[in-house]
Amino acid sequence: MTTAVTNIRVEDKLYQNRYVVDSGRPHIRVRPHEWPSVNLYALTSVCPAKCYELNDQGQVEIIADGCMECGTCRILCEASGDIEWNYPRGGFGVLFKFG
Amino acid sequence: MTEEKFDVIVIGAGMAGNAAAYTMASRGMKVLQLERGEYPGSKNVQGAIMYADMLEKIMPDFRDDAPLERHLVEQRFWMMDDTSHIGMQYRSDDFNESRPNRYTVIRAQFDKWFSRKVREAGATLLCETTATELVRDPKGKVIGVRTDRAGEAILADVVVLAEGVNGLLGTRAGLRDTPKPETVALAVKEMHFLPEEVIDQRFGLKANEGCVIEAAGTITRNMAGLAFLYTNKESISIGIGCLVSEFAVTMESPYDLLERFKNHPSVKPLIAGSEVKEYAAHLIPEGGYKAIPPLFGHGWVVVGDAAQLNNAVHREGSNLAMTSGRIAGEAIAQIKNRKKPMIKENLSLYKSMLEQSFVIKDLRKYKDMPALLHTNSRNFFTTYPKLLSQAAQSFMRVDSTPKLDKERAATAAFIKARSRLGLVSDAVRLALAWR
Ligand SMILES: Cc1cc2nc3c(=O)[nH]c(=O)nc-3n(C[C@H](O)[C@H](O)[C@H](O)COP(=O)(O)OP(=O)(O)OC[C@H]3O[C@@H](n4cnc5c(N)ncnc54)[C@H](O)[C@@H]3O)c2cc1C
Ligand code: SF4
Repeated sequence: MTTAVTNIRVEDKLYQNRYVVDSGRPHIRVRPHEWPSVNLYALTSVCPAKCYELNDQGQVEIIADGCMECGTCRILCEASGDIEWNYPRGGFGVLFKFG
Repeated sequence: MTEEKFDVIVIGAGMAGNAAAYTMASRGMKVLQLERGEYPGSKNVQGAIMYADMLEKIMPDFRDDAPLERHLVEQRFWMMDDTSHIGMQYRSDDFNESRPNRYTVIRAQFDKWFSRKVREAGATLLCETTATELVRDPKGKVIGVRTDRAGEAILADVVVLAEGVNGLLGTRAGLRDTPKPETVALAVKEMHFLPEEVIDQRFGLKANEGCVIEAAGTITRNMAGLAFLYTNKESISIGIGCLVSEFAVTMESPYDLLERFKNHPSVKPLIAGSEVKEYAAHLIPEGGYKAIPPLFGHGWVVVGDAAQLNNAVHREGSNLAMTSGRIAGEAIAQIKNRKKPMIKENLSLYKSMLEQSFVIKDLRKYKDMPALLHTNSRNFFTTYPKLLSQAAQSFMRVDSTPKLDKERAATAAFIKARSRLGLVSDAVRLALAWR
């Protein structure tokens, strides 16, 4: 694309949203691993809230606070056991004002 | 939580769940509806175009108080390359009718309103309650649900699963498979606020008229997908979605795609100066007819996106959700009136009624479309739009090249990019799938 795209920060986008975070009860967990599978690694760019990141040791970690509960990571990584996926408890998580 | 037993439990207060709950409650059934969000709509995302006919069949006078944004008088389809677009545009004053056919809505507001109607019809709604498990009797019939609230299971004769595309309840109970990455698209969307007059002026609209733009092309970067821009009264919904399987291979970031679309020279002036108030993401079922799971069983039926009842070719989902919810409600009410048990044999009525409706007929018509678009995504979403806009540019640029040479060059470019046989086969396959 010829249009210059400045480095957008997804954090700034998520900042617009309303969340009720269920502290200490993450609804998604990543299974401990030495090397991430291809799909798990893909989540570091495909998750629309950028919840997944690679740590210094090359493992994928998740901080699900900004999660929009879309389910993409579940579709890609639940069957293989790479992640454990649940909805947050009722009332918690993202709360769309417009949707 | 409660000792009483319900005729039916509806999981979810989205389009499908509300239609089902309303239909049954207004026929005097004892309905409990569970919604995991703080309020109905708080978890839901849509473009959003709402189709009047399907809601009218549930609530004929919905226009009296439903939160509707604009009725649509114009639709544009854009084929985009990096700097230009070639488009088709349809606009008609006939759409300025007393009972307009399509409206834009804002889901969080629309779902709240729809849910109020459901409760006025007599249903009980419990929000902030996630259903976590289906309860079965020793014979395997579904007889209720457990929730994340403390207390006993809640019992009912039948459970309507209206839990949306990422429904955990039905998949965990083995009633259907989890959608595959190639049968769901991930869409991201932003809400851009602008004064009403500015939107009117930029899109050439007046008094509640609306315009929608749907766009394909290089904006999805070789992936099968679409972008959209819908006018609401004082905001513009803008988004883009592509198949999850293709995101996983290209490793494109969805917000990056959206940002590029917003910065495209054809789009940028339309949203210039707006205030962004929300960023959302959601899946869309794209598998079509072939991805429809079993629709009913002992003590349960599944409706809406949870059953993949979504027409990706026409970007319709909410109307299939409302219609499948209504039909499930009607079928269940009929079975109850005949005092028959809610077992598989009787609940098959839902499926046979659904087959008579546009829902299954439309999905069957396009049964080969998803596979075609997805295996050929590069041609349909990148090569053709690029070639079309290049051809258009060549024709519009007045220079000393004879027109016949321009025509030949355009044809040659198409053939070079895809081979004559490839073009013919794409055309034939598209025609067959469309049939
Ligand atoms: C970006 C985007 C644009 C779209 N544009 C259009 C459009 O313009 N026109 C159109 O017709 N369609 C469109 N669609 C499709 C449309 O949104 C869906 O087809 C429709 O919302 C499906 O309705 P549903 O009731 O089946 O599911 P949903 O609306 O997703 O509702 C499911 C509900 O169930 C609740 N739930 C889920 N699990 C549980 C549980 N365990 N316990 C309690 N509650 C639960 C959820 O919180 C939610 O309220 C679009 C979709 C997207 C993502
Ligand atoms: S559900 Fe969606 S937003 Fe949440 S972590 Fe998974 S991919 Fe990211």
